[in-house]
Order: sequence, then structure tokens, then C-alpha cells
Amino acid sequence: MAKIELALGPCFFNWSPERLEAFYDRIADEAPVDRVYLGEVVCGKRQPFTERLWPKVRERLERAGKTVVCSLLALPTTPRDRRLTREGAGLDDIVEVNDMGALTDRAGRAFVGGPFLNVYNEGALRVLHARGCTTWCPPVELPLSDVATIAQAVSGVEVELFAFGRLPLAVSARCYHARAYGRAKDDCRFICNTHGDGMDISTLDDQDFFAVNGIQTLSHAVHVAAVAPSALAAAGVRRLRLSPHTLDMVAVAHGFRAMLDGAVSPAELARSVDAMDLPGERCNGYLVGERGVAQIAL
Amino acid sequence: MDASLRPDPLELVCPAGTPAALRAAVDAGAHSVYCGFRDETNARNFPGLNFSATELEAGIAYAHERGTKVLVAINTFARPGAFKPWARAVDTAAGAGADALILADLAVLDYAAQRHPGARRHLSVQAAAGTPEAIRFYADTFGVKRVVLPRVLSVEEIARLNQEIEVETEVFVFGGLCVMAEGRCQLSSYATGQSPNRIGVCSPPAHVSYEEADGCLTARLGGFTIDRYEAGAPAGYPTLCKGSFRANEKEGHLFGDPLSLNAGTLLAGLQAAGVTALKIEGRQRGKAYTTQVVRAFRSAVEALAAGETTDAVRRLLGPLSEGGGDTTGAYQKTWR
Repeated sequence: MAKIELALGPCFFNWSPERLEAFYDRIADEAPVDRVYLGEVVCGKRQPFTERLWPKVRERLERAGKTVVCSLLALPTTPRDRRLTREGAGLDDIVEVNDMGALTDRAGRAFVGGPFLNVYNEGALRVLHARGCTTWCPPVELPLSDVATIAQAVSGVEVELFAFGRLPLAVSARCYHARAYGRAKDDCRFICNTHGDGMDISTLDDQDFFAVNGIQTLSHAVHVAAVAPSALAAAGVRRLRLSPHTLDMVAVAHGFRAMLDGAVSPAELARSVDAMDLPGERCNGYLVGERGVAQIAL
Repeated sequence: MDASLRPDPLELVCPAGTPAALRAAVDAGAHSVYCGFRDETNARNFPGLNFSATELEAGIAYAHERGTKVLVAINTFARPGAFKPWARAVDTAAGAGADALILADLAVLDYAAQRHPGARRHLSVQAAAGTPEAIRFYADTFGVKRVVLPRVLSVEEIARLNQEIEVETEVFVFGGLCVMAEGRCQLSSYATGQSPNRIGVCSPPAHVSYEEADGCLTARLGGFTIDRYEAGAPAGYPTLCKGSFRANEKEGHLFGDPLSLNAGTLLAGLQAAGVTALKIEGRQRGKAYTTQVVRAFRSAVEALAAGETTDAVRRLLGPLSEGGGDTTGAYQKTWR
């Protein structure tokens, strides 16, 4: 059985360039991840702040032996979003496509099908594979048994399972951060930078529910795929994706690595994650086709 | 205006949740109706709605005799390893003489394009293709002839979009309103396990509960409080994204207000923006609603085509807006 790898997904949140640089420095030096996704996925307006940072971070990570993949926007809307997406799609290096529109300019070059694409079955993955998809990160709501069925039917595409982090549940034309602060989207003044893990949304009964990050809605709970490596391998999973949060991601990566290496059990990983500074409760229901918020003993 | 310079009249695409609603929409003046099969292949998979194969055939016959087109929505995403229901839906709709199939899933689009190249394909709003690049992908790959635009674009953006694409566009003008990009939302499955993309339902009724206590009515979905009303006040259906929530110690409709879309005042602008068809949401609504809305919009579309003023058009649609509770949504940029 080939070793299941680890990837660090794109950072969804509006972190400052300084914070991002320090974060990826540590990832390069200390995190046992094989692959790192860089780039702005959620809001094109944030891009000017970080675009100069990426070449430097990329070089740093590559020097540390990591594979680097540039992630593209999930919902390009403005002319600038579209231009950036077209430029990204035109790169010769592998990129992560998060909106079907990027495929027009990809022209058969290798890409990662990101979790924002609606790929729910083997037929859809075959269409993407024929256009150059070499890695697929399924939509988060897809149960592991469905992932297995698809992986078995389509050879030549590596499956990368979303395994840690608040679940990316929705994107919108509307910026909920700006709305919550009574600002127009065009005059948001980047209020989303005040919540490093997203802005908590609770019910009127103060039950934790969602988290808002600009145009994105995430789960409040933190999805943790603490699943035995043999079960992951049986489902065709080649890599686990950890989604950046403000807690110690190096420790998270070490925890998952230890589980994948058989040094700790999935239950031990879950317990060690619970002891960390998670932004919400742990959840995993999607893995078994239950509601995503559920926490189920696997 | 010189008749030869007038644009083609806008095509009115109307909901037909049941055979009775189909006949009502046809009788009320729909240019086209859209409907789906009674299973998980369409995104309005609610109890008591939709069509069997036989009902679809009868519906198409009724509509075609009266010059109305029938568009069949097969717009969920197929289950892995279980493509049969989607293949059967495409085969049945194409075989019954549907005027177009409304599709979202790459696999279903691919199947329809391969097996029924002559069947006209429209891209469902569930595919959320809102840029020229995304639309070109679907047009070039699957021969899609029309795109139902996601409700995220302003009228100005639709005008620019139409200049950059070759295919027709259809836009929602009335009824329910998603505040998330359609087909890109998994809030419902997070709370209930069932989602539009996988099962064809959002905020499913089986997970709804109402509780009255201390003079308040609480509406819940999957056990989560979605909204609360004073006893006796009209209570809404607990659709996730329309609920009242708390953030930063403030309460409110953080995602979207519980309003429905009414773009009746924008029809002239939409026509000038190059839109081909106007879509009315509401396959879950009854016959009376369908008749009233379709009649009003048909008169408005006729008035527009005759070059009448937008004020006259507004007057025709006025009764639908009574009591408020509606919005022009993303068509006006401030919505964002």
C-alpha cells in the first residue's frame, strides 16, 4: 500500500501578508505535508495584498521539497476576477481549478479539480480527466463510499480528501461580512480580516452553526476525517487535505501523519485534535452520508 | 417604433410542478413551461410534485397543441455508480419530444450530448455558470444553446455577458431567491443530510419543526432554530439562508431577507441587455398562483414587445407586489 500523502489546502481567510509569510515559513520547515496549495480562492478583492507574496512563498516551499499548486478563485465575477482566473488557468504549472470557467483556458494541461467544482459521479470526473484533471478533491458533502465508487471507476485521477477544517459549504455574490457590518461589498474595507477563522454565526438560541468569510459560508464545526489508513486506501484516497486555520497547523499535520503512519489510531487523533484550539466542535457526518454537522464514532 | 426594429418578444418560461399547473400555465399564456420527473433527477424533488413519464407525454401534447414549449429539468447531480435514473430521465424526455432538457451535471450533459445530439440542451442554474468563460466551456463541450444565469449578476453585467457569448440567456424574474450561488451550496446537507445537488431538495420539510412557547413560535430545521415569530404573526418556512441568526452579538437576516424576487420593474432593462427568456420560479406553487403570475407577466411581455412604456408594464405587475416582501435581488448591484 502506497503511503497516503498530506496536502495543505489554500487558506480561505483574509490573513495579512506578514501572517501568511510566517505561516508558510513554518510549514516549509516543520510540517510533514507533501503538497501545498497557494493563492486566493474566496475573494478577488483580496488578491492585490498577497499576489507579490506568492512567488517568494512558493520558492521557499519548493526548496523544502513541497509540491506547490496555485489555487484559482471559486466564484470569479468581476472583470478582474476573470482576468486573474484566465491568467492562472494559462500557467503551465499545475493549478487547482475551482470554477468550470477556468477549463476553457486550461487547454488540456494538468489540473487539480477543487472541492468547489460540482463533481458528484464517475461520469463527471471522466469529463474532467479527459481535459487534464490529475487530482480530484471531492465536494465536502460526498460520502466516502461515493468517493470510493468514483475512484474505482476512474483510473488515472488521484483522490485528495478534505480531511481537516471548517467545511466550505457555499459561495455567494453577496459578501456576508460586509453585510453584517452594514457596508456595501464595494466598500467593505476588508472587514473580513478581523476573523482569522471566519466570523462565527449562531442561532437565536446561541447554538453554533456557521462561519462567514466574505462571500463564503463555512461550517462552524471543524470536520476531522479521523479514518483508518486502510479504509482511506480502500476508498482510493491518495492524499488528505488539511485546510489552514489559526491554530497550530504544524501540530495538526503531525497528528494526521502519525495516524497515516499507524503510530496513533484514528480515535487517538480525534482526541488529540480535541485538545487543540479548534474554532468549533469536531464533526465528520459527511464521511458516512449523515448531516455534515454530526459527530459520529467511525 | 418601427416594428422591424423591435427586439423579439421575451420568452416567458413558467413553472409546472404538476400536470394541473402545466395546463394552468399554458392556458394563462406561458410561451414555455418547465417541469421535472417525480424522482431525484430534478432539483424540486418534493412530495406531491412532478411528472411520471406518461404525465409528461400528456403534458407535452397539451402544450404543443397550444403552441407552448416544454422544457424538462433533469438538473441534479447523478449518484455515483447509479446513473440509470438520470439516463432514463434524459431518454424519456427526449423521446417524449421535450423542446429542451435543462441539465447541470457534467455526466448528464455528456450523456445527453452523445445519445441525443438532436435534443436541445439548456444549462440549469444549478451549474452556476455566470462568466463568459464558464458558459463557453459548457457551450463548446456539450453544445448547450441556452444558459439559465445564476442569480448573482446585475443587469449591467448581464448586458456585458451577452455581448461576449454566443448562446441564449434566461434569467429568473419572479419567485424564490437563492442568496448563495445556486448549485454551489451545501448548507442544507450540513444541517439535514439532504442537499439540492445530491437529492434535489433544500431545507427539506421532513426536517422542519415548529414549536410554540412563551408567546413565540420557533421554526427549526434539523433542530437548529432558523427563525422566531411572535405568536399570531405570519411565520415563514425555515429555509436556511433566509433565517435570523446572531453574529458579533447582533441579530438579523445575516444571509438574506425572507423576500422573494420580483424583477418586474426591470423587464425593459433585461430585454435591452439581450436576455432571451424570463423564468418564473415556483414549481412547488399551486394552480391559482401560477395562473395569476403567468397572466401578469405575459401581459407585461406583450406590452414591452408592443413598445409600451415601462410604467404600463409596472402597472400590469403591480398586483403581484402587493404587501411588499419582494426584492430585485442581485439585478441591482447594491444587493451585494
